[in-house]
Amino acid sequence: MLLVNLAGLALIAWIVWWFWLYKPAEAELGEEDLLIVVENGTYTPSRIKVPAGQPVKLKFLRKDASPCSETLLIPELQFSDTLPVNKVKAVSLPALSSGEYDFHCQMQMYRGQITVQ
Amino acid sequence: MSSHHTDTKHDSPHDHCHVEAGPRSVETAAAVEKEVDSRLQELLIEGAGCASCVGKIEAALKAVPGVDQAEMNFAQRTVSISGQAQTEDLVKAVEKAGYNAKPAEAEDEDAAMAEKEQADWAYYKRLMRDMTIALGLGVPLMVYGLLGGPMTVSTTGERMAWLIVGLLTLGVMVFSGRHFYVGAWQSFKNHSANMDTLIALGTGTAWVYSMVVVFVPQLIPEMARHVYFEATAMIIGLINLGLALELKARGRTSEAIKRLIGLQPKTARVVRDGKELDIAIEQVLLNDLVRVRPGEKIPVDGEVIEGHTAIDESMLTGEPMPVKKGEGDKVSAGTLNKSGSILFRATRVGKDTALAQIIGMVKRAQNSKPPIGRLADVISAYFVPAIMIIAVISALVWLNFGPEPAVAFAIVSATTVLIIACPCALGLATPMSVMVGVGKAAEAGVLIRNGEALQTASKITAMILDKTGTITLGAPKVTDVLIAGERDEKTILRLAATLESGSEHPLALAIVETAREKGIEPGKVSQFNAIAGHGVEATVEEQTLLFGNEKLMRERQIDLGEFVDKAQQLAAEAKTPMYFAVDNKLAAVIAVADPIKNDSVAAIKRLQNNGIRVIMLTGDNRATAEAVAKKAGITEFFAEVLPEDKSRKVQDLQMEGEVVGMTGDGINDAPALAMANVGFAIGTGTDVAIESADITLMRGSLHGLADAIAVSKATLRNIKQNLFGAFFYNAAGVPVAAGVLYPLFGLLLSPVIAGAAMAFSSLTVVSNANRLRLFKAQEV
Repeated sequence: MLLVNLAGLALIAWIVWWFWLYKPAEAELGEEDLLIVVENGTYTPSRIKVPAGQPVKLKFLRKDASPCSETLLIPELQFSDTLPVNKVKAVSLPALSSGEYDFHCQMQMYRGQITVQ
Repeated sequence: MSSHHTDTKHDSPHDHCHVEAGPRSVETAAAVEKEVDSRLQELLIEGAGCASCVGKIEAALKAVPGVDQAEMNFAQRTVSISGQAQTEDLVKAVEKAGYNAKPAEAEDEDAAMAEKEQADWAYYKRLMRDMTIALGLGVPLMVYGLLGGPMTVSTTGERMAWLIVGLLTLGVMVFSGRHFYVGAWQSFKNHSANMDTLIALGTGTAWVYSMVVVFVPQLIPEMARHVYFEATAMIIGLINLGLALELKARGRTSEAIKRLIGLQPKTARVVRDGKELDIAIEQVLLNDLVRVRPGEKIPVDGEVIEGHTAIDESMLTGEPMPVKKGEGDKVSAGTLNKSGSILFRATRVGKDTALAQIIGMVKRAQNSKPPIGRLADVISAYFVPAIMIIAVISALVWLNFGPEPAVAFAIVSATTVLIIACPCALGLATPMSVMVGVGKAAEAGVLIRNGEALQTASKITAMILDKTGTITLGAPKVTDVLIAGERDEKTILRLAATLESGSEHPLALAIVETAREKGIEPGKVSQFNAIAGHGVEATVEEQTLLFGNEKLMRERQIDLGEFVDKAQQLAAEAKTPMYFAVDNKLAAVIAVADPIKNDSVAAIKRLQNNGIRVIMLTGDNRATAEAVAKKAGITEFFAEVLPEDKSRKVQDLQMEGEVVGMTGDGINDAPALAMANVGFAIGTGTDVAIESADITLMRGSLHGLADAIAVSKATLRNIKQNLFGAFFYNAAGVPVAAGVLYPLFGLLLSPVIAGAAMAFSSLTVVSNANRLRLFKAQEV
């Protein structure tokens, strides 16, 4: 029984670490066009690094027909737009100052972050 | 001129800064987008079959003046162009090179909507098919269980039978539930979790446990050798059903925007080189001459150059009466030409038309969130992992303290917790209501900038109304000319009109207009000088003319005699008396009145009945203000308010603890609109400065104001119901699923019930939001 309890606690600790503490690597918006694929409840890549102080374009491709993935919000920028299915949608962002900007769907199940440096 | 010079454009330093004024005028994404677009454009190329076309197209584009760079992405058939060149020139250059091009950014709203509906329909059919298959297995299994069929494994025959059922269930999971598992795995890899994660874990746990029972029953105490295949199949079926119904319900929430998009005609009849041709709406250029016959829709914004008609603008402004239009009047895309044939010059096309801007604004606002939704957002961000932790804890508690078979209880409770928790209901609560509410408002001609404005508008306790143009028509007329000397009325009017022709103030315009109507043409003015808040002076025909209020006259030591009393009498009749002096001697008192809009009184009553303190603000003198206020049914007013003091009045009320709404024409009151908790710009017709206020009323009627507040109140009430429902559902459902009622009542939810509850909880939220569609503003 002790083992089971320990395993349970370890599982909880692992959930906390995996979902809340761990930060996945960032994809950089480089010369090549970066495409953010919206599918199966995720943005891939979900963490994007963009340069500070210059307007950028992010391209989204929504492959998921579920209405959850339709809306793209960037609350800090008061930005919202809808993504068409199976069509690349370029989103223009103004020159941003350094910092982290979350983007997500209407219900926050799809989540991503733009790091401006 | 009297003290209402205060409203004038030219004497207020604030007037020109309404765009950049105040913390409220945040640069919108759209504005930014425009700016970026002028530097980077994208064209979609058709007809480029080979890679060698790339060089040709790029070269053609680079040859266009203003193009800095042109790079083609052959795979996507797009070309990115940087520089200042016009899109039209770029398209022409590509066409000249032998290909077709169209701007990649220019979204055809109509086509996009149709595409979306098609995609939604395909998705709906898929969900329904998945649901049918899953329930096809789940329902018979459940019925078997309910009828007393043993769901346990003891004999070899039972093991074989259950193995087959288990494999069938696996088939359902792969076929009907694939999107849950793939989604869960994908987000897991990304260190995130969502609804798919919960469903995949819940159904997966039930299936794996059941398979263990089938394959190695000896691992599990005999009492707990129960299979839960029916739960897995039922949950997958029910949740697919819930998603399908939710999709249907969601479609209805965007009805308003669909209607707006549908207003845009697809073709226009333009007159080019003397010939009339029907062309696609995208091809209409600025300054094209457009012909519209009775019964047809106006295709683009423009200015009438020939003909008279009445136009139904209700679809944009909510104003039910058709508006008369003649030469020089503006017409808006999407409105309906009722009576006459007109020719007009296109002044705004494509993305720039009022209709396109309204659509853009409504869409943005529909997707924005009021602050009330933030708590739900914070919760949903942590929700799924938290539920997973609760499921683990619940299982541990059952294992440690539960009765036998503890393993079965632990598995059931963990599965039920995972399944019943619904992040969707929480996440949908706010956006669905905002979507419907903002759309509903747009139908009434009320444009709400964002969710924050919507929420604040519902809490307004005090409403400041600017007098001129808000309560009144804003088109004053000369009503009385009291002569104080030997000059006749005609001479007085001519001199006054000449003097005022230099001013842009509405009252000055009234005098110039009235003079014109009487066939008097103003003369030439020199040394024109506006005395802020008091009046104007100038030299006309070598006479010094002074026009203004009593204070100005007294300052210049002009004897007013008995005219002070007469002026006061005029003021008591809601007219604005102004003194006119020639060469420092009083020549006349000219009274101008600005009639109250015919429905202002009723609309103000509506506001007051809602418990809102209505305050009138005006630059007029006290007597006029009092008279207008009395007529309008307002008891509180501030008179003789200078432009720079308007925002201070707003601030004063805020200091008293009021949530202040400020309504003005959006041109002269920008600082006060920005200072107010909610700034309302009242427009007349479709020609409105959409960017200038939190809420824009497309029609001139103050009923729009009452409607706006009523809609926002109804929407907020709806959001609160939704949020309460979603919070309550999760807060009650999760503990019950974990089994807190078991010690007291012996109650433990079945995972199937949890699946049904979860599937219908988000449907309930969407349906409740849809109730808002039935909302009707009461014009009482």
